[in-house]
Amino acid sequence: MIQVVSLVGQASAAALPSILDVSGNLWLDVALKVVAIVALFLVAPLAIGYMEHKVMAHQQARFGPMDVGPHGTLQLVADGVKFMQKEGIVPRAADRWVFGMAPAVSLVAVLVVFLVIPFAPGLWAQDLDLGLFYVLAASSVGVLGVLMAGWASANKFSLIGGVRAAAQLIAYELPMVLAAAAVAVQAGTLSLAGIVEAQATSLIPGTSINVWYVFPQFIGFALFYVAALAELSRPPFDMPIADSELVFGFLTEYTGIRFGLFLLAEYAGMVAFSAILTVLYLGGWQILPGLAVPGCDGLFDCRWWGTLLAFGVTAGKIAALTFTMIWVRATYPRLREDQLQRLSWLALIPLSLLNIAVVAAAKVVL
Amino acid sequence: MKLSAPKPKVPGLLKGLGVTLKTMLTPAVTRQYPHVKPDLAPRTRGVIALMEENCTVCMLCARECPDWCIYIESHKERVPPATEGGRERTRNQLDRFAIDFALCMYCGICIEVCPFDALFWSPEFEYSTYTIGELIHEKERLREWMDTVPPPPPLEEGAEQPPELGAALERANKERQAALAAQRQATEQAARGGPAGPARGAVREDEEIEVEAEVDQDVYQALLAEGKSERVARARAKAAYVRKEKARIRAERAAAGGGA
Ligand code: SF4
Ligand code: SF4
Repeated sequence: MIQVVSLVGQASAAALPSILDVSGNLWLDVALKVVAIVALFLVAPLAIGYMEHKVMAHQQARFGPMDVGPHGTLQLVADGVKFMQKEGIVPRAADRWVFGMAPAVSLVAVLVVFLVIPFAPGLWAQDLDLGLFYVLAASSVGVLGVLMAGWASANKFSLIGGVRAAAQLIAYELPMVLAAAAVAVQAGTLSLAGIVEAQATSLIPGTSINVWYVFPQFIGFALFYVAALAELSRPPFDMPIADSELVFGFLTEYTGIRFGLFLLAEYAGMVAFSAILTVLYLGGWQILPGLAVPGCDGLFDCRWWGTLLAFGVTAGKIAALTFTMIWVRATYPRLREDQLQRLSWLALIPLSLLNIAVVAAAKVVL
Repeated sequence: MKLSAPKPKVPGLLKGLGVTLKTMLTPAVTRQYPHVKPDLAPRTRGVIALMEENCTVCMLCARECPDWCIYIESHKERVPPATEGGRERTRNQLDRFAIDFALCMYCGICIEVCPFDALFWSPEFEYSTYTIGELIHEKERLREWMDTVPPPPPLEEGAEQPPELGAALERANKERQAALAAQRQATEQAARGGPAGPARGAVREDEEIEVEAEVDQDVYQALLAEGKSERVARARAKAAYVRKEKARIRAERAAAGGGA
């Protein structure tokens, strides 16, 4: 621990090393990172799922789960055990291999996104130069899993769900990428840690007031947020599941642990996209614009408790964003399929083009 | 009616978010049922109870039940003549009376239609089962539920007494007068030095004690602690209170009589 801490202490902002780099021992390093990421990947969705249970329940004037554990805190653990106990049924006409692999594809796509997210100074598994690009590419692979599930299930409803998911991906990937590109233009880097750093130093022109990118690019933030909801097929964009029309969409034929994995992927996806939003627009682990975490010297030189605090700040922002996702889910009804496409092609994409044009022009002029 | 609503001041999308947020911040009204027992109104319609003694097997309830979920079986019995030289009568003897609560829709028609006051609503509602077949409840169980039926509400002030009650009261009064007369005769005999046998049919004169029913808190708490429902506990506590009060007044009178 001491070693790690001193390592972080020596770290310079330019080199951006990870707190998880253990003095050059490659295998230990890799093992530590994998364990940390998988642990986060398994724990965060539980917390988010519990939040969803409770927030939605209270927004509908009820309590939600109350019996398993104090105030139902262990409900999702019990659900996980139940999923494992259930028989995994594969329809006879299904394409066994594709059917079985689909949940894994969805899951891995989210899992690899976690690798590059900077949670705190030095607290990331890998800081890629093309981090933003990698995140967008990896997260859209998840839809492939959905499409596989829909196709392999040998079920009309599943197929319609899968195809809807594909159509949704095409429609919403575009505004998302354009919004993210505008951030990259303003920050001048694709590295996620670099974007956080750029936000710490971005000032309103002519003043010394620090702003996060959510202020100059509020439209971009809104676009990315809506596109993320669509990408995750969260209500009001849950047409691929649409239980009032498609039974349960691409999940219709799934049972047991495979179904559980799809759910896990959804919640982990919520965490991942909230984390990306935090990094791109909300200044990562800064408490307020221009206010770094106490315990840190600048943005990257932190003592161990500064790192912990920074992680807490990031986690808080992620929780706040997921809360809004749940809030939106409990409030809005599902869009119709044509409304979904109309919204994207006629509103979001023109807006995102405008957004990137303005940002690029501003970048050149200022 | 206006065709288009006026443009709202707050956009609907935001208003919706406001509604859910406000709901979230107000306490939920859910009752944690199995942990917290509901406090139901005393005349809640929970289950149908059968006063077996009143049933004459007239079959009206079974016929009127829209679901046909009342099963009645009976046989005829001969009853010896009530008076010497009279005619033998036949009487229906109930063998089976069952209600299938899996079918029953709690419409209450059977209770309405029973001409002999044999069916009642009971407030008991916790009789769920694991299999659907167990929901057919036989007359023994239906009779047990009779104990949980609250007494009918008192008549309104100045209301006419129901004729059957009046007849019953008159009969009881007559019997009491006769017994009192016999007792008086016996005491007179004893005073005259006759054989002082125990007065047969001795009736205490203090039977007319009127006690306003109240809930006996000790009994009530004890019954609650035993796990009885609040309703049952309340009823029994009232009965216990009345019994105790009557005993007390009786003792007082006896003491006063002894002192005089
Ligand atoms: S309540 Fe209605 S449905 Fe139930 S037994 Fe009586 S008549 Fe039949
Ligand atoms: S209507 Fe009443 S008396 Fe007649 S069979 Fe039914 S319960 Fe018995």
